[in-house]
Amino acid sequence: MLYREALNKAIDECMSEDNSVVILGEDVGKYGGSYRVSENLYAKYGEKRVIDTPIAELSIVGNAVGMAIAGLRPIPEIMTSNFSLLAFDQIINHSAKLKYMSGGKLEIPITIRMATGLSKQLAAQHSENYDSMFCSVPGLMVFAPSDSLSAYHSLKYAIKSDIPTIFLEHELLYPKDSEFKEIDFNPLKARILKEGKDLTIITYSKMVYDVLDSLDLIDLDIEVIDLNILRPLDIETIKNSIHKTKKAIIVEENHKTGGMGAEIVAQIMEKCFYDLDAPVIRISAEDIPIPYNRKLELLSIPTPDKISTKINEWREKNEL
Amino acid sequence: MELTKIKKFYYLMKLGREFEIKAKQEYMKGNIAGFLHLDIGQEAVSVGSMLAFDKGDVFAHYREHILALARGMEAKYIMAELFGKKTGISKGKGGSMHLFEPKLNFYGGDAIVGGHLPLAVGCAYARKIQGENSGVFVIFGDGATNSGAFFESINNATTQKLPIIFFLENNQYAIGTHITQTSPFKEQYHKVKSFMPTIQVDGMNVFEVYNSVIKAKEYIEQGLGPIFIEADTYRYEGHSVADAGKYRSEEELNIYKSKDAIQQVINKGLELEIDKTWFEETDKKIEKEIDEAVEFAINSPQPNDNDLFEDFYEIDGKII
Repeated sequence: MLYREALNKAIDECMSEDNSVVILGEDVGKYGGSYRVSENLYAKYGEKRVIDTPIAELSIVGNAVGMAIAGLRPIPEIMTSNFSLLAFDQIINHSAKLKYMSGGKLEIPITIRMATGLSKQLAAQHSENYDSMFCSVPGLMVFAPSDSLSAYHSLKYAIKSDIPTIFLEHELLYPKDSEFKEIDFNPLKARILKEGKDLTIITYSKMVYDVLDSLDLIDLDIEVIDLNILRPLDIETIKNSIHKTKKAIIVEENHKTGGMGAEIVAQIMEKCFYDLDAPVIRISAEDIPIPYNRKLELLSIPTPDKISTKINEWREKNEL
Repeated sequence: MELTKIKKFYYLMKLGREFEIKAKQEYMKGNIAGFLHLDIGQEAVSVGSMLAFDKGDVFAHYREHILALARGMEAKYIMAELFGKKTGISKGKGGSMHLFEPKLNFYGGDAIVGGHLPLAVGCAYARKIQGENSGVFVIFGDGATNSGAFFESINNATTQKLPIIFFLENNQYAIGTHITQTSPFKEQYHKVKSFMPTIQVDGMNVFEVYNSVIKAKEYIEQGLGPIFIEADTYRYEGHSVADAGKYRSEEELNIYKSKDAIQQVINKGLELEIDKTWFEETDKKIEKEIDEAVEFAINSPQPNDNDLFEDFYEIDGKII
């Protein structure tokens, strides 16, 4: 099943089970969604529940918060996380804070979906990730699933949850096909995609595939962790893995400074310091806006080649 | 207008003013901290609108104490909130700017200028699809009409024909900047007149305010879309207690004081032969109510240490 089909299935099932679930955003209705995630939902549920909005992100999220106050379970869609910056007041000052500042009286059960990440030559204003910005906000749950199975289960969990959720969908994952089966799946846990004993690589979303593709070029038995949920972080799975491998590296498409990796390293320092045999490093996007030119663009983010090169350099430096 | 209504206006307006005067005194004593935006001078707007809009949902800005009182929130729970006490309407977590009571369909208390407008629009959308026609009342100041959230909101509400009353409390000053310095108009209805019907009203006259909201309510209940009311009003105090209001002239202040909203109600009452002693007795009752509210706030407990993490989100024992 394609990633976008899994998302569609999750939304469709939630909408059919619960009349209070609505979706809103630019092009989500008649057009079927910029990435076809809401395909057929307009025909099935009608314009009242599949709402085409102006391309005004502040209102897409702000209206959704108001709908949530009124008892709906809205799923606003933002075309790219870069545009979500226009809605940050509504995401942070409103959706994340209203429950607490009302003394627990308001619930804001919204799931804010957004495309994110570097696709192909879309330049700086359509390519970047702000995962760590969302993860620094108390009151937000943040998912970044990597395949159809995790996307489906995580999205269903998010829609049914009362916690305001940011749902990050890497643009290159939408057309990706992966095996799908109806199994018990815990979206709150990180998954070990490959077991190993020499090194733990912690990654998530699209970088999962770059990491898996790099493994052949590294002569180590590597354990690969796919986080799936970024806030709250499943530090237990990371801890158990590092206890075994004694080494960890983070691979992320976030900018390096203040990125997801920074938080993960900090938590590893706090919880796994005495298990570590080598310094933990981050392989991240460079600290520059993403350029348009394809050659430069690929230089700005981790690729399988770069991941393996950096890991081999790290081995050499630390005599591992 | 019947006498019971006039008495109700007087009681709530006077209660509101005395509440604000007492709050200022308690602020000076150090019992209240942070920002305290007083509504003295604008009582006709808060009371007239709330008595007219007696159903539906209310979204307010941060100068909302009297609005909340008029909506039915008890003075003691508001005062306790200002004191930051556990018994406050928002359990001491919101303060002066964040009064919420879903039982009264009163949703804040929002301290981002214009930030609550998209919430009100979203709520109105939800009410429309829920088949509920009493609609939404949203109040904001002149400063908010310059924000992007304002333009997005009038656009969305009109496009979707939503049942919503946009109520502008034009007191001419956004903190210390006169509206004509930041807007091409002194009266802001010019910004919306191509979107929806507009009503201009003397905000110092509670009868006019009340009648305008009754009219607006009848309009939105017909499903014709939103309506805009602009009230010309004035705050006697600075923007907050911390502001001495030196940017305004004594002369300007006196123009509005000469048409004081409460005095106008007294005059009308006496003219219709409400006994002078009724006003005196009511004043005594109000004094007692306010004293009891302060007493309640003083005697209420501080929140416990573990209240810090209450009224928020938790997964598997972890705070989100």
